[in-house]
Amino acid sequence: MQLTDLTMLELAAKLAAGAVSSEEATRASLARIQQVDPKVRAFLRVDEAGALAAARASDARRKAGGPASALDGVPLGLKDIFLTEGVETTAGSRILEGFVPPYDATVVRLLKEAGLPLVGKLNMDEFAMGSSNESSAFFPSHNPWDVSRTPGGSSGGSAAAVAAREVFGALGTDTGGSIRQPAALTNTVGLKPTYGRVSRFGVIAFASSLDQPGPMTRTVADAAALLQVIARPDAQDATSADAPVPDYSADLEAGVRGLKLGVPREYFTEGMDSEVEAAVREALREYERLGATLVDVSLPHTKYALATYYLIAPAEASSNLARYDGVRFGLRAKDARSLRDVYALTREQGFGAEVKRRIMLGTFALSSGYYDAHYLRAQKVRTLIREDFTRAFQQVDALLSPTSPVPAFKLGEKVEDPLSMYLMDIYTLPCNLAGLPGLSVPCGFTKAGLPVGLQVLGRPFDEAGLLRIARAYEREHDFFRRSAPL
Amino acid sequence: MPVSDFQPVIGLEVHAQLLTQSKIFCGCSTAFGAEPNRNTCPVCLGMPGVLPVLNQRVAEFAVRTGLALECTIRPTSVWSRKNYFYPDLPKGYQITQFDQPICEHGRLVIDTPLGEKVIRILRIHMEEDAGKSVHDAGGGQSLVDLNRAGVPLLEIVSQPDLRDADEAVEYLKAMRDVLVYLGVNDGNLEEGSFRCDANVSVMPKGSTTFGQRCELKNLNSFRFLKQAIEYEIARQVDVIESGGKVVQETRLWDVSKGVTRSMRSKEEAHDYRYFPEPDLPPLHVSAEAIDAAAQALPELPRAKLQRFTSQYGLPAYDARILTAERPLADYFEACAGHYKDYKKLSNWFLGELMRLLKEEGTPLSALRFTPAQLGALLGAVDQGTVSANAGKDVLGEMFRTGKAPADIIAEKGLAQVSDTGAIEAVVDDILAKNAGEIEKYRAGKKQVFGFFVGQVMRAMKGKGNPALVNELLKKKLGD
Amino acid sequence: MALTLEQVRHVATLARLSLTPEEEQRFTTQLSAVLDAVDQLQALDVEAVAPTCHATLTSSRLREDVTRPSLPPEKSLANAPAKSDTSFAVPKIIE
Repeated sequence: MQLTDLTMLELAAKLAAGAVSSEEATRASLARIQQVDPKVRAFLRVDEAGALAAARASDARRKAGGPASALDGVPLGLKDIFLTEGVETTAGSRILEGFVPPYDATVVRLLKEAGLPLVGKLNMDEFAMGSSNESSAFFPSHNPWDVSRTPGGSSGGSAAAVAAREVFGALGTDTGGSIRQPAALTNTVGLKPTYGRVSRFGVIAFASSLDQPGPMTRTVADAAALLQVIARPDAQDATSADAPVPDYSADLEAGVRGLKLGVPREYFTEGMDSEVEAAVREALREYERLGATLVDVSLPHTKYALATYYLIAPAEASSNLARYDGVRFGLRAKDARSLRDVYALTREQGFGAEVKRRIMLGTFALSSGYYDAHYLRAQKVRTLIREDFTRAFQQVDALLSPTSPVPAFKLGEKVEDPLSMYLMDIYTLPCNLAGLPGLSVPCGFTKAGLPVGLQVLGRPFDEAGLLRIARAYEREHDFFRRSAPL
Repeated sequence: MPVSDFQPVIGLEVHAQLLTQSKIFCGCSTAFGAEPNRNTCPVCLGMPGVLPVLNQRVAEFAVRTGLALECTIRPTSVWSRKNYFYPDLPKGYQITQFDQPICEHGRLVIDTPLGEKVIRILRIHMEEDAGKSVHDAGGGQSLVDLNRAGVPLLEIVSQPDLRDADEAVEYLKAMRDVLVYLGVNDGNLEEGSFRCDANVSVMPKGSTTFGQRCELKNLNSFRFLKQAIEYEIARQVDVIESGGKVVQETRLWDVSKGVTRSMRSKEEAHDYRYFPEPDLPPLHVSAEAIDAAAQALPELPRAKLQRFTSQYGLPAYDARILTAERPLADYFEACAGHYKDYKKLSNWFLGELMRLLKEEGTPLSALRFTPAQLGALLGAVDQGTVSANAGKDVLGEMFRTGKAPADIIAEKGLAQVSDTGAIEAVVDDILAKNAGEIEKYRAGKKQVFGFFVGQVMRAMKGKGNPALVNELLKKKLGD
Repeated sequence: MALTLEQVRHVATLARLSLTPEEEQRFTTQLSAVLDAVDQLQALDVEAVAPTCHATLTSSRLREDVTRPSLPPEKSLANAPAKSDTSFAVPKIIE
C-alpha cells in the first residue's frame, strides 16, 4: 500500500503518531500527480513550492507540539474556483487566464489556518457550467476508472484527482450537482452542505443563490473532518448561516436503526440506466437490513426542477459574469479599439460556448418583457419545489436516490447537445433549489467497472445526519478501498 | 400659445452621499480626494469571488431620513441588481433597491410666494455609488478611478409636485437643510456629495395629463438647477409650439453655453434587467428600531424656525439665518439661557459673531468663549459698563483669546466713563476751545452738535458714556 | 418559445457578446430548444405563490461602520490589462 492510498484520517493518524511527515505525504502526492496526471489531467496548476513550504511548516508545528488542527499536514487540492492569494485562479476560463488574486477565499484561509498544504488547482467546467469537464477552456479531465470517459462536472478535476489518489481530498463547489455528480462518477464521496453553511467569499460565483462549496473525499469520515474545518459563519458573506456547527464526527458511527428514509418516486424514472437503478435499489435493501424503514414519498414538482434551474442559474450567472469586461483584470481582446470592443470582443473571445449560451439564456430570462414569465415564474416554482421537500421531511429523516441517472459517459458524447447534458443533473439540482444538504456515497460498480453513487438528501443543516446515514452504508461496503485502474 | 399658457411639471431625484466612515459594502474609506484607486479593495473593485456586506449605519441613516421626511418605513426591504456595462461600474451591476425600497410615501413642506406647499416624496432607497471616469486624460484614453465606487447613497425621489424652477430650488434647499440637520449628508453640491437630477415636462394649463418628460443632469448648484429648468421649460414649449413632440431623453446642462443638450443616445435601449440581489438577504428593520430612531430624531429646520419666531419673538429673517445650520441654532439657544433680550442677542449673532466667524474662518465648534461669557458681555453693554462699540472690540478679543469679558475690559481699560463730573470737565474744556463753533450752533447750524460729541469722545478715547455726553452738551449749549 | 435571430442579436448586445454569424445561428436554435423545454412552467398556476430568492432564510448580516485597510493601488491594479499611474485605462469613452 502506498502512502497516497491512505484516507485523510488515516494519514492524519500517522502524522500524529510521527510515523510519517507532512513533507513526505506532500511529496508522495506530488509524485503521484507526476505519475498519473498526464492520463487524468485533473490539475490546471500544481503549486509544488507552496505545498512543500506549508508541509514543512506543518511538520515544524507538530514537532513543537502544536498541530493547528486534526488535519494539520494533510495535502489537499482545490477546484480552480477558489481564490488563492498569489496563485493563478481561472475558473477554467480563458477570460481569467493569468489572473493572480490579491486575496484568499475564506475557505482557503481556513484550510491554511488548519495547516493543510494546498498542492494545486483542479480543472473544472468553465465557471462551473457543465457536467462533464469538457467546457473547461483548457482541456477535459479524464475519469480514472476509464480514461475515455468523463469524471463528471463541474468539479470533475477535483473528483478525478481524489479518485486517482493524486490528493487525499479536495474542495469542490456545487450549484446543481457539481460536487455530487462527479463524486458518483468516480467512486468518491461528495458533500454539498446546506446553502449558507460554508462561506462563498472568494469563491468565483456562478449562481449566487445556489452555489455552495463542499468537501470531496474518499470516505464519509474524511468528508466530515474536512467539513469541520470549513463550516463556519463568515462576516464577509451576508448569506452565511449563524446556525451552530456541530461535531460532525460525533454520531458518525451511530447507524440507521430506527430512521425513516424516504424514497422519492420521482427520482426513479425512465431514462435511468438499469445498472445504476439496480445498484441503488440494492443499497436501499441494505438500509432495510441495517434497521432503517424505507418510506415511499412524493416530490410532485420534481419534473419542473430542471426548467426552474435553467432559468434561475443562467440569470444569476449572466449578472455575475458581467464583471469580466476586460477593464480591471483578466483578458482584454488585443484588437479592441473602442470601449464597446473592450467589452464585446473580450467577452466573445474570453468565454467558451457553454458560458455564452448560459449568459444569453440568463440575459433573456431577465430582459424586459420576459422577466415575469421566465425569471419570476421560476422563482415561484422554486418555492413549490422547496415546499415539496419541507413536506417530505415531516415524514422522513432523509431521502435516498441515485446521484446521477447514468454512469460516466464518453468524452465528446453530449457536448453538442446541451439539453441531454442538462439532464445529467435532474436528481441533484432540486436540492440546490431548496438550499438543502446533499451527499453522494459510492454504492457499487457497473459490469463495465464504472462507479455508481447513492445520493442522500437531508433537512437544512443536518449534514451530520447525512454523514451518519452514508457512513452506515459505507461501513458495510468499503468500495473506497478499490483503486482505479491507472 | 405663449409660455405662460403652459404648466411645467417637475420632480427631483436627489442623490445624497451618506456621512459614513466606510463604504456601503466594504471597509474602504469614503474620504474624498485620495489618489485614484487608493481607497479600493477586492469588494469595491468587483473582483471575482467578492460579496457585499451591508454597513449598518447606512440602514440607520436611511431610516432616520425616512422618518424625518414622514415616510413609511418598510419592515423588510429588498436589494436588487441594476445591470449595465460601464467602466466605472466594476461588477457590471449596481446594488440598489428597486420594487421594495426602505422608505415610501413621505413629504417635505416648502415655502412658496403663495404660502406653504407640501411636496410628496415617492420613495427613498439605498444604493452604492459608481466610480469616476476621466475622459480628457489624453492618449485616446479614459481613466477609471474606483475610490467612489461603493460609497453609500440615498436616492430620494419626489413626486412631480413642483411647478416652477423656484419651487424646485426651494425644495432642494429644504431637502439639503433636513439632511444636513440629520447629520447624514454634508450638503456639498460642488463636490457632488449632494446631487440632483430634475425630471421636467410641460402641459397646457388646465390639462391633467403630464407631457413627455426629460431628465436633466449635471445640476451641481442651485443656480444651475434654476437656469436648467427654466431653459428646459422654454425649450419644450418651443418644440410643442413649432408642432414637434418632446422626446423622452436624458439631457445634460451645459454650463458654458447655458443650454441643455441631449446626451448621445445610447447604442441600444436601456434594459437594466433588475432582479433581487442573491448575495444580500432582505433588510429587516424592527418596529423597536424604528421607534428608537423616531425618538432620537432632532428638531428639523422648519420646526426650529417656527419655534425661534414664537419662543424668542424673532423676525422670520433672523430666525431663518439662525436656524440655517444646527450648530448655530444650538449656540444661539445656549446663549439665550444667559441673556434675555433675544432680538439684541440675534443682532449680535447676525452682525458681529457671524462676521468674526467668516473673517477668521473659524467653525462654531472651535469658539473659545462660553455662552455665559457672551451673555455677560451683552449685559455689560446694557448696563453701560462698556460702550456698544467697545463691546465689539471685547467680543473680538474673546473670540481670539477666550478671556472673560470683564478681564478684557479691565486689561484694556475699555470701561465706559459714566462719572458726570469727569465728563463735564471734558465738555467744558472742548466748549472753551471752540467758541467759534458755539456761535455757529447758536446761529442755528445744529449739525455742529455732532462735531462737539466727536471732540468729547475723542478726548475721552471713546470711553465716555454717549448718553451722558449728549445730555451734558445739550445742557451747556443752552438747549 | 422560439427565439428569432433578431432577439438573439438584441440579447447578445445587452450581454456585450460580439457573436459570430455562425454563433448567432447556433444560439437561435439551441436557445429556442431550451426555452421550449422550460415552457412547461407556464402550465403551473403560481398566481398565489411567493417567489424564493434566497433558499434558506437568513437574517441580514450587517457590518459595523469601521474602515479596514484598502489594497495598495499596485495590488489593486496588478491584474489590469491597461493602466495609467494608479488608474485603470480604457479606450476613450465618448458621451
